[in-house]
Amino acid sequence: MAQSKPVRKARAALIALFVLLFAMGGTLLYGVTQDRAQWAPLLALDLEGGTQMVLAPQVETGEEIDDEQLEQAVEIIRQRVDGTGVAEAEITTQGAENIVVSLPGAPDEETRELIQAPADMQFRPVIQTRQDPFYLTELMRDGAQADYEAGEMSEEDYQEWLEDYEEEIAQLEEEEGEEAVPEDFPEPEGEPENHSDPNWVTPELAAEFENYRCSQDVSVEERDQWDDDEPMITCDPRSGEVFLLGPVDVPGENIDDATWGTHQQRPGEYVVNVRFDSEGADLFSESSVRLYGLSGDQNRFAAVLDGHVVTSPTMNAPITDGRAEISGSFTEEEAESLAEQLRYGSLPLSFSIESEEQISATLGADQLRMGLIAGIIGLLLTAGYAIYQYRALALAVTIPSLVVVGLLTWWAISLLGWSDGYRLSLAGIAGLILSIGLTADSFVVYFERVKDELREGRSLAGAVESGWSRARRTILASKAVNIIAAVVLYLVAVGNVRGFAFTLGLTALIDVILVFLFTHPLMQLLARRKFFASGRRFSGLSEKELGVDVLYRGAGRFARRNVVYSDPEAVGAMAADAPEPDSASADRSEELPEISEEEWAQMTIAERRRARMERQRRHREETDDVGESQSAHTPADATAGGGER
Amino acid sequence: MAAGFAQAGNQLYTGERSYPFIQRSRIWFVAAALIIIASVAVPFIRGGFNFGIEFTGGSEFTVSQTETTDVSIGEEVVAEVAGQEAVVTNIAPQTVRVQTEELDDTETLQVAEGLQEGYGVGSDQISSTYIGPVWGEHISQQMIVGLVIFLALVALYMTAYFRTWTMSVAALAGLGFVVITTVGIYAATDFEVTPSAIIGFLTILSYALYDTMVVFDKIRENLEPLHDQKDQTFAERVNLAVNQTLVRSVNTSVVGILPVGSILFIGAGLLGAGTLRDIALALFTGIIVGTIATIFVQAPLYAFMRRRDPAIREHTEEVLRLRQERGIGTVTHSGTPLDENGKPIPFPPLPEPEIDEDEAEDEGIPDWDALIVAESVGGDDERRS
Repeated sequence: MAQSKPVRKARAALIALFVLLFAMGGTLLYGVTQDRAQWAPLLALDLEGGTQMVLAPQVETGEEIDDEQLEQAVEIIRQRVDGTGVAEAEITTQGAENIVVSLPGAPDEETRELIQAPADMQFRPVIQTRQDPFYLTELMRDGAQADYEAGEMSEEDYQEWLEDYEEEIAQLEEEEGEEAVPEDFPEPEGEPENHSDPNWVTPELAAEFENYRCSQDVSVEERDQWDDDEPMITCDPRSGEVFLLGPVDVPGENIDDATWGTHQQRPGEYVVNVRFDSEGADLFSESSVRLYGLSGDQNRFAAVLDGHVVTSPTMNAPITDGRAEISGSFTEEEAESLAEQLRYGSLPLSFSIESEEQISATLGADQLRMGLIAGIIGLLLTAGYAIYQYRALALAVTIPSLVVVGLLTWWAISLLGWSDGYRLSLAGIAGLILSIGLTADSFVVYFERVKDELREGRSLAGAVESGWSRARRTILASKAVNIIAAVVLYLVAVGNVRGFAFTLGLTALIDVILVFLFTHPLMQLLARRKFFASGRRFSGLSEKELGVDVLYRGAGRFARRNVVYSDPEAVGAMAADAPEPDSASADRSEELPEISEEEWAQMTIAERRRARMERQRRHREETDDVGESQSAHTPADATAGGGER
Repeated sequence: MAAGFAQAGNQLYTGERSYPFIQRSRIWFVAAALIIIASVAVPFIRGGFNFGIEFTGGSEFTVSQTETTDVSIGEEVVAEVAGQEAVVTNIAPQTVRVQTEELDDTETLQVAEGLQEGYGVGSDQISSTYIGPVWGEHISQQMIVGLVIFLALVALYMTAYFRTWTMSVAALAGLGFVVITTVGIYAATDFEVTPSAIIGFLTILSYALYDTMVVFDKIRENLEPLHDQKDQTFAERVNLAVNQTLVRSVNTSVVGILPVGSILFIGAGLLGAGTLRDIALALFTGIIVGTIATIFVQAPLYAFMRRRDPAIREHTEEVLRLRQERGIGTVTHSGTPLDENGKPIPFPPLPEPEIDEDEAEDEGIPDWDALIVAESVGGDDERRS
């Protein structure tokens, strides 16, 4: 039936919205109970306090960095910052050439220097190696912890695992015995003759090598000790192998390019090819000849990137043409990543701070409070204005809609914080506050359309349907402009513009969901309430509030004159203007029995008038020639079916 | 009052009351041109914009929740450390801002320490911002890229949606007016131009176009049956659309301005400068200018561009000629005829010289019959299915 269809659709839409709300709220609740998410959105540094630095990589003139090199730079800075023990640092790329480092609190001078320090690559000959037994065990613990946090390991198993781990560490410590001291090691026999010479190893160095514990991070003190012309101790953080390396044989800037591919003879095996420039070729030739003549660990060389060994192959042949091929049991990803690291190494990058913002926790809290106060006041003002303009309609529709939109936005941001680490910034809050106005505009457009339809003489239920079909188009078309703006801003912008663009786009989407799944269905249901349908006082739809001279006076009385119709057919009907008879609904039903009450309600006045005229004409014909067959008129009995629905 | 507003809304809707937005377009265009000239001239007269340190480079410190807001403390600290003259302002209750030229790392830390001692606050109450000399240039460049992409996409989108490029052109030209005027207001009032203000500018573009979309969509709707009727001219129908959406335009801009205004006045009053205030300020001016531009610039511009189409000119001439034949006196700017008392009346029937009044009446009835029967057949089928 005509009436139940919108109601059915409205109910379905509302149920869909509740399912959506329930799913979002439920997911978040689950996350909170599992201690992996929080109800409140994550806050960006400008609200929580902290430091945000925007770095630009500095390269020699004429060279350009590409996306992969920038990613590599992010990776290196991340390792450095982690090495300083700063927790919760976030390092991301932004735009085509910026790196953003966000740190809680204020970094000291050392950390700042560390972040800006150039990241270089070196090829050094290996003098000695050993395994760090602790490191592998720790690595396994980290793996187990990650599994546990990802929910792949149960609490019990994890606890058991941790106990095993403690035992193992204790056992290892016992085995290793006391720390090595320089006195345990002999003095070198003479001055070192080349970079691979074991005479580089002083007792102090040997003791340090024995005591060295591999870690993912390189401390600032360690970094300070490095010297290109001195041996160094470091490790490969993937395997836990500790290296004592000789002075630099070939600096990374002599790398011309690095590529990766499959082995020529053994397809399926991946190799990395390094090409040196002419100076690098000479240096590498000298190094390879020397290493080839040595055996054991001393036959190996290590590529060191920012203090960590990234690869440590053996020298299988003297390479004099500056084209080295590194093979080994690489997977495709490993080969690719190594090639990228080598390529990055060819470009000694340092970073300059383009902007740095240090927000004290106090100021952050102040700004958050102000933002919230302004937002709440804005919301109240908007709600107040809506009530002033739309009366009960605002209370029944606008305010619940604002509540729903608030919930959806809040949960969406919290969920995004959980899934993607999205943090709400001050600019983001500004976006949210602005969106209050844009959301309210959807109602304004919609309500004004419904009013227009009422002014054309439709009943409320009919006005809601036809007003919606027009308003929907406008709302979608105009929201599209907002979404285009948000996406473009988000993609190209740097700095805090992004946070703003993000919330603007998010709220535009939520707004569309809201209007379709909540506001309109709610209106469809309310349109069937007597209070609104009969245009009672303060319903927001009363004749006084519509400004219409006479609209619907209950009991089926309609009177409406002087309407300008956007529908030209209606204009035609208007031309044959006859004053609308003030008949009660009972008269109407008697007069036009074939049109049901609900269909009547859907029709505009022009359509009703047309139906009445038709009825009168038929009546006249019937009285004129009674003998004529009734069947000639049967099609006209269905007149109402032709009306707009 | 609300009722009065609604009453006006209804009269605007029917066309009984109308403002000549389209008909008086020359006045608006001249006014707009004057505003544009002024907006361009003001920066020259006043000597440019008040750029924030994000564009000029430098360091800024904010001391919050301090008991003493003595400006000289900050000046002394900076003079001691870096030998510069700092700009120290008390921007809000308990908040002091210190702006300096570029400082290096050590100096930044020293100034921060000095300010801590001087104002007797903890390290968690001092915020600092350092902006390198190329940062402002970098973001401006990104903004321009974003702006060009956005405008190109929106132009394409509007052309596709309205199926006419004239609306796109009118909308974008009006947008130029919005931007230039807002920039002019910034120059004239000496508001600080910061990256946040630029975020605001970009949002204004989005908002102004959004607003234009809504009004243009109504124009599109009113123009669809233009050639099927002989009562109203092109200009009247466009004007009617602008008048019909006038209540919405006012309501929307009020609703948009209320939250923005609350940030601006509450946030700025209590907090002083900052991201929120800068964005809010740009939006506040932009929403007002954007709403005005849609009504006075974009819609009239569209009508101005289309008015000379041969089809439209022909239609207008025919409508006006018919009006004389039908003896219609006063017609409002939105195309509603009025009687001697200024009350709206319906259009009299179109003159049909061959048939006299009575016959026309009779002829009309079979017409209705044919129409209704044809419709009812369809309706009948629908009902049975």
